[in-house]
Amino acid sequence: MLDLIWLLPSYPLLGFLALVLTGGRLPKKIVAIIGAGSVGLSFLTAAIIAAQFLAGSEDYFVKEVWAWMAVGGFTPGFSFYLDGLSLVMMLVITGVGFLIHLYATGYMADDPSFSRFFSYMNLFVAAMLMLVLGDNLVLLYLGWEGVGLCSYLLIGFWYTNPANGYAARKAFIVTRVGDTSMAIGLFLLFAQLGTLNIQDVLYAAEAEWEVGSGLAIAAALLLLGGAVGKSAQLPLQTWLPDAMAGPTPISALIHAATMVTAGVYLIARTHILFEIAPSVQLLVAWIGLITVLMAGFIALTQSDIKRILAFSTMSQIGYMFLALGVGAWSAAIFHLMTHAFFKALLFLASGTVILSVHHEQNIFKMGGLRKKLPVSFASFLIGSLALTAFPFTSGYFSKDEILLAALEMDGPGTILWVGGVLGAFLTGIYTFRLFFIVFFGENKGHVPENEVGGIHMNGPLFLLMILSLVGGFIAIPVDSVFSYGEVHEEHHVSTLIHGFMIAVPLIGIVISYLFFYAKIFSIEKLMSIPISQILHRFWFSGWGMDWLYDRLIVFPFLWLSKINKADLIDSFYAFIVKFARASNAMIVRTQTGYIRWYALSIAAGLVVLISIGVLL
Amino acid sequence: MESIPLEHGLILAAILFSVGLIGVLTRRNIVFVLMSLEIMLNASGLAFIVAASRWGHAEGQIMFLMILTLAAAEVAVGLGLIIQMFRRYKTVDINELSEMKG
Repeated sequence: MLDLIWLLPSYPLLGFLALVLTGGRLPKKIVAIIGAGSVGLSFLTAAIIAAQFLAGSEDYFVKEVWAWMAVGGFTPGFSFYLDGLSLVMMLVITGVGFLIHLYATGYMADDPSFSRFFSYMNLFVAAMLMLVLGDNLVLLYLGWEGVGLCSYLLIGFWYTNPANGYAARKAFIVTRVGDTSMAIGLFLLFAQLGTLNIQDVLYAAEAEWEVGSGLAIAAALLLLGGAVGKSAQLPLQTWLPDAMAGPTPISALIHAATMVTAGVYLIARTHILFEIAPSVQLLVAWIGLITVLMAGFIALTQSDIKRILAFSTMSQIGYMFLALGVGAWSAAIFHLMTHAFFKALLFLASGTVILSVHHEQNIFKMGGLRKKLPVSFASFLIGSLALTAFPFTSGYFSKDEILLAALEMDGPGTILWVGGVLGAFLTGIYTFRLFFIVFFGENKGHVPENEVGGIHMNGPLFLLMILSLVGGFIAIPVDSVFSYGEVHEEHHVSTLIHGFMIAVPLIGIVISYLFFYAKIFSIEKLMSIPISQILHRFWFSGWGMDWLYDRLIVFPFLWLSKINKADLIDSFYAFIVKFARASNAMIVRTQTGYIRWYALSIAAGLVVLISIGVLL
Repeated sequence: MESIPLEHGLILAAILFSVGLIGVLTRRNIVFVLMSLEIMLNASGLAFIVAASRWGHAEGQIMFLMILTLAAAEVAVGLGLIIQMFRRYKTVDINELSEMKG
């Protein structure tokens, strides 16, 4: 059965082909069955494979399906590598992916491009599975670019609005910066180590490179570049909020649960590389922490329900990076999984809210929706609690592990811990700000008649609610991937610190409660202070990063392209054309059509030739 | 009988050739152009004869016979073309036939 692992990406790929080749001529019901069913089949297969794998005693399993190419000693194959890490990833992708597909059959039911939507979704799942199951970096890169392409296609899904096209291009180009860095990293690894098989690369790197050597640092930095691009971390984070232009199930699947965590997966997969480059690993932690805090402050000020969730995603992935940076590999993957549950839940629930209030996304035009939208309310409550790490929800366990690992780290560990706790505090405020504004208080504009949904939309929400609540009790089998005989670390901290960590997000929730529910503190009074207005504007614009990048990169580029409108290099070729035209015009003059001229030129030519012959 | 020196014959041929060429270049009536061409042909034929008699070879005279037949054939074709041209364009002015320019 393990041999059938190649079926996993094949089902969605076949679904994609079926949908693309029929070009939208199938009835919606069949499209839904193909679209969601292929991912469902994948999930079933993944579940059976996972059960078999866990029952066995092997640490990993490799299945080579066929050789992709053979160039000299370079023979990347379509080979799949299954171990604890890819097992968790494939279950999250197919499981959460299936639920989101199911939800999307309801969410997108009225869309004229229903079939196109599901073909992209299926292609995305296939590419994502390729990414996490590939046993060499080339196959991983294929999946990496595949998910990037699907992300682009789906952000710009409603392409008739130019703003969506702009968001899609922005996402594509910004992640391309990271992808290029990663590609160079792969070249470096291949040039130095002669292989791109992930395990071989890791062994060779460990054997050949000293800890902290220049090559190791360069390779780790280049891979990190790819990871920050894909995972929307500082400094390549600007694309994620704009990516919310896509349909909401896309935001749930691609921009919360799976694709944006690919960077975390990449670093976890190549963690040995980062271990022999400790300075880069520390950089990962700092990037994560700064992103956590930046995104947290931004989320405090946003008014678009999906943008708040997007910044929250950024901040949660920041936690994963923080975990990777302090060497808590399994905690990062654990948080990846729980985050996939509760963030998919939040996004899908926000989709229901948005549909129910007729495509209004501004939270200040909602309000008081608790009674009208009971399922969304329950989903948001559970999702928000898990997001803020309320005790014994899934987010609590994973965030706890990350922060404790940070605390135990020598050196800057304490600072990282303090930052992480501050981030959790912000999470508490912005999450429940959203919650209280949308579901409590008075309605300010959009009164929904009834909640959109049916069994195929509410079913996934219920399942995700359960997973968000109990997901923290799942033990992920990644110990053998990350530790070599090293036992899973037990955290020993005092109850005081533990209590503090539980209390801080709760304080955030209470502050939110006082501001937005009880209205004991007035947000207007706070906003009347000049400094808070400036801060609000600054944070609302995302710390001015878009402004900065426009000034630093976009405008100079546009300026350059403007002055080079005629294209300097093209002008050389244009000159050849001009020269040929001019010569032609000159020679055309000699073709007068008068026979006497031709006779004269023949005679004159003869005279010249003969006199040359006689004289020489 | 005093033989005519080679130079005289060649000079006469050259003069005839030049007269023919000038006729080709300057006349507008296509019949005269054709006649000028005949003069040029005969000039070259004269050059062959003179050279042949100077060296006592027969090849020159054979060449002249060939030129004669060639000229006869050329005149037949040329006159045919002229008749066609006259029928179609109602003129024998070659300057009228300058459409194939540029």
